[in-house]
Amino acid sequence: MPQTIAEQILSNAAGRRVEAGDLVVVSPDLVMTHDSLTPSIVRIMKEDLGIARVFDPSRVAVVIDHVAPASTVGTANAQNEVRRFAREQGIRLFDVGRGICHQVLVEEHLARPGMLILGSDSHSTSYGAVGAFGSGMGSTDIALALGTGKTWLKVPETIRLVFEGRFRAGVDAKDLALRVGRELTIAGATYCAVEYHGLDWLDLPGRQTLASMAVEIGAKAGIVPPTGAALDGLAPPSWLAFDPSAPVSREHRIDLSSLEPQVALPHAVDNVVDLGEVAGKPVDVVFVGTCTNGRYADLRIVADLLNGRRIAPGVRLMVSPSSSLVFERAASDGTLARLVAAGATVTAPGCGPCMGRHQGTLGDEEVCLSTGNRNFKGRMGSPSAQIYLASPHVAAATAITGSITHPAEVI
Amino acid sequence: MARVWLFGDDVDTDQIVPGRYAPYMRPGEDVAQFAFIEARPDFASDAQPGDVIVAGENFGCGSSREYAPEALRRRGIGAVIARSFARIFYRNAVNLGIPVFVSATLAESLADGEQVTLDAGTGRLTSQSGSHELPAPPAFVREILDAGGIVAYVRSTGHFPGEPGGGGQT
Ligand code: SF4
Repeated sequence: MPQTIAEQILSNAAGRRVEAGDLVVVSPDLVMTHDSLTPSIVRIMKEDLGIARVFDPSRVAVVIDHVAPASTVGTANAQNEVRRFAREQGIRLFDVGRGICHQVLVEEHLARPGMLILGSDSHSTSYGAVGAFGSGMGSTDIALALGTGKTWLKVPETIRLVFEGRFRAGVDAKDLALRVGRELTIAGATYCAVEYHGLDWLDLPGRQTLASMAVEIGAKAGIVPPTGAALDGLAPPSWLAFDPSAPVSREHRIDLSSLEPQVALPHAVDNVVDLGEVAGKPVDVVFVGTCTNGRYADLRIVADLLNGRRIAPGVRLMVSPSSSLVFERAASDGTLARLVAAGATVTAPGCGPCMGRHQGTLGDEEVCLSTGNRNFKGRMGSPSAQIYLASPHVAAATAITGSITHPAEVI
Repeated sequence: MARVWLFGDDVDTDQIVPGRYAPYMRPGEDVAQFAFIEARPDFASDAQPGDVIVAGENFGCGSSREYAPEALRRRGIGAVIARSFARIFYRNAVNLGIPVFVSATLAESLADGEQVTLDAGTGRLTSQSGSHELPAPPAFVREILDAGGIVAYVRSTGHFPGEPGGGGQT
């Protein structure tokens, strides 16, 4: 019987053939932690579990991205604790300025097809972009994984999403990710793995956008089959065979050629409408960034659509490149200069204002259109602020006019 | 007696503890005081040990932040009973030893502020409207909860749930 990608990866990690519904103990290929939670993870591992050393430093990566650079004495001290831990354990540390964990692990080829990757961050589903099983867990699970090299999992059933056709101009993978949320709902894939079919042609950034938002439908993992030119240099292991006839719990089809730009309204990621229903809504802030849409391709879309124009008076355009490589590339070819000339504020690579902790926290009643992945009440600051989620195309059009705008209107 | 705190569907972890109130941002402060600080300030000020959270679908969706259930645990919450849970929250709550129950109907038969008694061991909840038998969690979840959380479970048994006995290490 053919297996889903999730079953194949978990079988490999368990060392025996497993199938959906099995409770298994597995060894992760990689464990990722970030600055926000590493101190609590270290405390649980050392004090509660009584384990002094991580199971295998070569299979651990630590990234300082959530509040980078530090914003208070407290976060600065916590980050020094993280640095000391990485040094003492011989773990690879990606320090302030390198970028968002999910982007960095893909850029460094630490995340590869067929791997089981556990992260202390819910958007660890992002690693599905390269055909890995990535899943987020809490501090205690991650501490156990670091200390013992193992975790327990229930092998998930798989939902197969089949995409037909191609995007129209001005529509991109973010619209698709929002559309998936709209059709499956915020809890529609809880406990399930999602496989995305029909995307052989999609580039890596588009796959990252889609996989990062798998958690917004509750999924345990969201995996794009590791086929197509996007995966150049990332060959899948020989045991990983993508089989579209593997038994799944549910199949759902979406036609890309009729897809309109999508917008998630406050305060839920699945509160999604076609852009037309919310066009004209004035905004105070446009934010381009996060692990979902802070890549070079996204910055480039925004700079190209701005095309020499200034952003609307009274609007702030915040841009947080998702990594140092993104930053460098956008700087060296003039993309950043074009954004700044248009009136953008560029922050250090990292999570930026995504979680409302620093660098652009929203005030009371402010309205933000964000290319991020969550619009929960209070996510970016004041609980009375309103967050709309959309694509980089829509972000650019909205920055130009000052209200939510269809990209076709500014081309 | 314990008070019922009634919530709707899709309560996300940003509501339980906003990221700005994380221990990372507020070192030295007890995260327990920030439970529902903005979404439900009366909970933040009045919830008492033993009180019960009763909610709709998908409780705890969003971030993996364990300090959300940790805030509820430190608050002494007696149980979280929801129509369904988000995956990471459920796992975190079980790992921390917080009694969690899935009940399709309970939220409809209780009112916010109602007084109930709950025996988390047997799952019997008694309210003015009568007595409710909460469905027992899966056996491995029960075992983790009985041990007082996953750390105590692994330390005492030497293995993970689902792993043949003795095969693990701590
Ligand atoms: S960019 Fe936002 S969603 Fe992504 S890892 Fe950082 S805080 Fe989380």
